[in-house]
Amino acid sequence: MFEKCNNLFDYRYQLKKFTPIFILVIIETYLTILSLMITLNVNGQRHDIDADPNMPLLWAIRDIIGLTGTKYGCGAAQCGACTVHLNGEAVRSCVTKVSRAAGQQIVTIEGLSVANDHPLQLAWNELNVPQCGYCQSGQLMSAAVLLRENPNPTDQDIDDAMSGNICRCGTYQRVRAAIHKAAAMQREGAKI
Amino acid sequence: MKKLAAITVILLIGSVIILSFKTETAKVDHPSALPKDSVGSVKAFMSVYKVLMSARCMNCHPSGDVPLQGDDNHLHTMNVKRGADGHGMYAVRCSNCHQAENTRGLHMPPGNPKWGLPPADMRMVFQGRTPRELALQLLDPKQNGGRTKAQLIDHMANDALVGWAWHPGDGRTLPPLTRTVFVAQVRAWIAKGAYAPGAKAK
Repeated sequence: MFEKCNNLFDYRYQLKKFTPIFILVIIETYLTILSLMITLNVNGQRHDIDADPNMPLLWAIRDIIGLTGTKYGCGAAQCGACTVHLNGEAVRSCVTKVSRAAGQQIVTIEGLSVANDHPLQLAWNELNVPQCGYCQSGQLMSAAVLLRENPNPTDQDIDDAMSGNICRCGTYQRVRAAIHKAAAMQREGAKI
Repeated sequence: MKKLAAITVILLIGSVIILSFKTETAKVDHPSALPKDSVGSVKAFMSVYKVLMSARCMNCHPSGDVPLQGDDNHLHTMNVKRGADGHGMYAVRCSNCHQAENTRGLHMPPGNPKWGLPPADMRMVFQGRTPRELALQLLDPKQNGGRTKAQLIDHMANDALVGWAWHPGDGRTLPPLTRTVFVAQVRAWIAKGAYAPGAKAK
């Protein structure tokens, strides 16, 4: 004991004595950081992000993960420009908290198809639907839910599904035509 | 001695189980019967009616298949529809915008985990109902979601979505009574005989 006291200022002795504590502190810190991280599964890829759980999902998608196809429109769930799929539902990511999306399956416009060949994307291209284009990723994500649930939608079905997506350019007629076209392509065997 | 200890333990466990069941039973909200009093019952219901016809309650009990918004009960923007389950259709489902809690700020979507309308096969319409019509509807299990009177009181007193009306978020007016007073009036209405107001009551 006396010998140990004499060694108090020996750095080797100190290192040996406190090494387990250092290791424990490092492990604890690492685990704490891990527990504060939020896991988002976006387009099939896992992202562990350091974000406030109250942050809008839109900010995480655009600013942290870097997928900027999803747009900020009104920030109040009024326009639909920020629509993404959360477990297959067309949620407004501007009012959806990151905490709600943690561990869930998120699909953005970038993940709608691997090769941009979703029937809706093909129909959109063919009919030149977009004008300025700002709202169009939201329009496509909403239309994708409609086509999944109703492969043969009427004009009324399209109105029921798409009225929450606002387009300042007024491309509504072309949106409707493109959904009908995509539905036809889907019936003819195009993949979704 | 061992036998005595075993019996004591069994009795103790038994009484704990019985007591726990008793506590569960006590939670069920039974309307305590009062002497029948048609005037008092109707008077209590008229207070209940005012709450149910306020915007916070009626907006989700519309006569059509479109929810209502605002204190003026205008049709919900975005062409939102009830859908079969009362939670919207296709890309316009309630929870696509309405979160589990109110989103902060004026004109932001209010929220609750159960946000939605009554389902299409049990529409529970409030809008346009006279006091008599609404009272009879509330008492009819075929029109009230299969609820007994006790369950009706429990729904009014404890349901989280009903309770949202008193925590509606920024900028929304409250119902005309507090929830405590409202529930007391519901209890009084039922305990005094659950009378429906006359056809001319407004």
